[in-house]
Amino acid sequence: MTPAVEFLHTSRHFGAVRAVDDVNLAVEPGEFFAMLGPSGSGKTTCLRLIAGFEQPTGGEIKIFGDPAGGVPPYRRNVNTVFQDYALFPHMSILDNVAYGLMVKGVDRATRYREAEKALELVKLPGYGTRKPGQLSGGQRQRVALARALVNKPRVLLLDEPLGALDLKLREQMQEELKTLQRSLGITFIFVTHDQGEALSMADRVAVFNNGKIVQAGTPEDIYKRPETRFVADFVGSSNVVAPETMQRFGGEARWASIRPEAIRVVAEGGLSATTLVSNFLGSTTRLSVEAEGMKLHVMLPAGQPVPEPGETVRLAWNAADVHYMDGAL
Amino acid sequence: MTSASSNALLAGRRGFTAQLSDLFWRRPGLLLALMLAPPLLWLGVVYIGSLIALLAQSFFSIDEFSGLVLYEFTFSTYRQLLLAANFDIILRTVTMATLVTLTSAVIAFPIAYYAARYAHGKWKALFYLGVMLPLWSSYLVKIYAWKLILAKEGILTWGFEKLHLTWLLEAILALPVIGGNSLSVSYLGTFIVFVYIWLPYMILPTQAALERVPGNLVEAAGDLGATPQQTFRTVILPLALPGIIAGSIFTFSLTLGDYIIPQIVGSSRLFIGQAVYTQQGTAGNVPLAAAFSVVPILIMAVYLWVAKKKGAFDAL
Repeated sequence: MTPAVEFLHTSRHFGAVRAVDDVNLAVEPGEFFAMLGPSGSGKTTCLRLIAGFEQPTGGEIKIFGDPAGGVPPYRRNVNTVFQDYALFPHMSILDNVAYGLMVKGVDRATRYREAEKALELVKLPGYGTRKPGQLSGGQRQRVALARALVNKPRVLLLDEPLGALDLKLREQMQEELKTLQRSLGITFIFVTHDQGEALSMADRVAVFNNGKIVQAGTPEDIYKRPETRFVADFVGSSNVVAPETMQRFGGEARWASIRPEAIRVVAEGGLSATTLVSNFLGSTTRLSVEAEGMKLHVMLPAGQPVPEPGETVRLAWNAADVHYMDGAL
Repeated sequence: MTSASSNALLAGRRGFTAQLSDLFWRRPGLLLALMLAPPLLWLGVVYIGSLIALLAQSFFSIDEFSGLVLYEFTFSTYRQLLLAANFDIILRTVTMATLVTLTSAVIAFPIAYYAARYAHGKWKALFYLGVMLPLWSSYLVKIYAWKLILAKEGILTWGFEKLHLTWLLEAILALPVIGGNSLSVSYLGTFIVFVYIWLPYMILPTQAALERVPGNLVEAAGDLGATPQQTFRTVILPLALPGIIAGSIFTFSLTLGDYIIPQIVGSSRLFIGQAVYTQQGTAGNVPLAAAFSVVPILIMAVYLWVAKKKGAFDAL
């Protein structure tokens, strides 16, 4: 099967800055693909390369098998949901949504009918006469989505679309986006710095750092079997343990990652540690402890007694929960 | 707590200025009133007051024999405006102002667009310097400089001659109405100087409006399939329109009211500003001068009303 989007040794350098550096990537048609990474890791530049706002300085991009080099954004069957929505402030919501059809010369009646349908799809029927300034952030985000979907793109690019929303709305939109993507069958490429969002929504995740993909795989792969210390630390803030410390913990002398939720506080035996601080997170309490000169995070399920700072606790984990990595960053 | 002085919360400066700032803090309206009173008095009494006094004059008339102003309400002065000789002046001025405004808008847009979207750092500083520098020098000096440039013996004639294009200049000067003996005594010359003098007033607001158009709107339009031309027509131009309108208010009303440029560069036929000047000066017909000065105000009011109706300010 031809990949929906393919990066072949693609680079985008801005002078000495290697925003995207020799990236290889294939996104399958119909896939919900997440690009995850800290800010400045190159994920947004990758999205802009697909949209056509940037041209690669090296390598190639193919969209459904066709080389995209030199093809301007307005000739690509790809649409973007922008981070701050980029709705046209001087147009009504209906005109905003119908914009893509308008510039393609679709007649007024048809394009308004399609736009109204798209607004229904994002659960904003009847909002057409309003102006973007009259909508809330969450509603604007839905309009931006409708405006992109009305063009029936083969690939939809989403640049941190939920970043500006509050937690509750974000969770709701995550579910809706996922449902929408399944029902439409469109390839979604989603850029985010929120690892929870990437893991919960995507079929596959690519983790970016310094312009390169450090690991790509299913959310479970990325979470449970990080290949590098960076991935272990960035995705789910795992405890990354150096080889010598791991040996003192009774494991192999290799870099390892232990998930905070895999560590238990036990009554006796195990490893002795000193409590530093505890953060109440609602369903869990995150404990920072020090053991063998190393700081560890431990997730305490609700209902367990929370030790005071300075108190000695005993820690244990299953050997199977220790994930060993190669030494690479 | 034994005494008030030991209370840290209330400790602090004592004295007149301290009490004054406390008073202003408690009554913010007082400070605002103190700050606004002088400019409001200036605007209200000196400026608007004198304007109203002037407009009131337009409803009086002048006694044909004695030359004295008759302080009786009448529309006869306004009827005089419609006389062929006076109406020609209005028509001439409005046509000139319209052409100057349209030309300024067309010339200003690319400059403003470049400055807003592409110029950064020292290029932007250079842009501001280039646009503002002509505003710093004397208006009269610039007009006289243009008179010399456009004169029959001026550098422009010389340049055309050196390029063996004298025939072209002559053909232009031979054109009816806009031509003349030389550029400095033609409508074309007046037009060139008007455009030169008022152009900065069109560039700056246009540039400010374009600066406020977020770059991602342009990207979004392209992303949705709009060609650069469509993006310009449907996104950039509508969003820049309030700025262009603001600029056109300057260029249009300044041209409507100016009396020095057509006096120095141009044919001897009058513009509204000159008519006002001669009527209230030499002719001593203050009511007619006042009626003439109402014309630009009315035209501007109608212009802005139409612009608003057409949705020119929707993007504000």
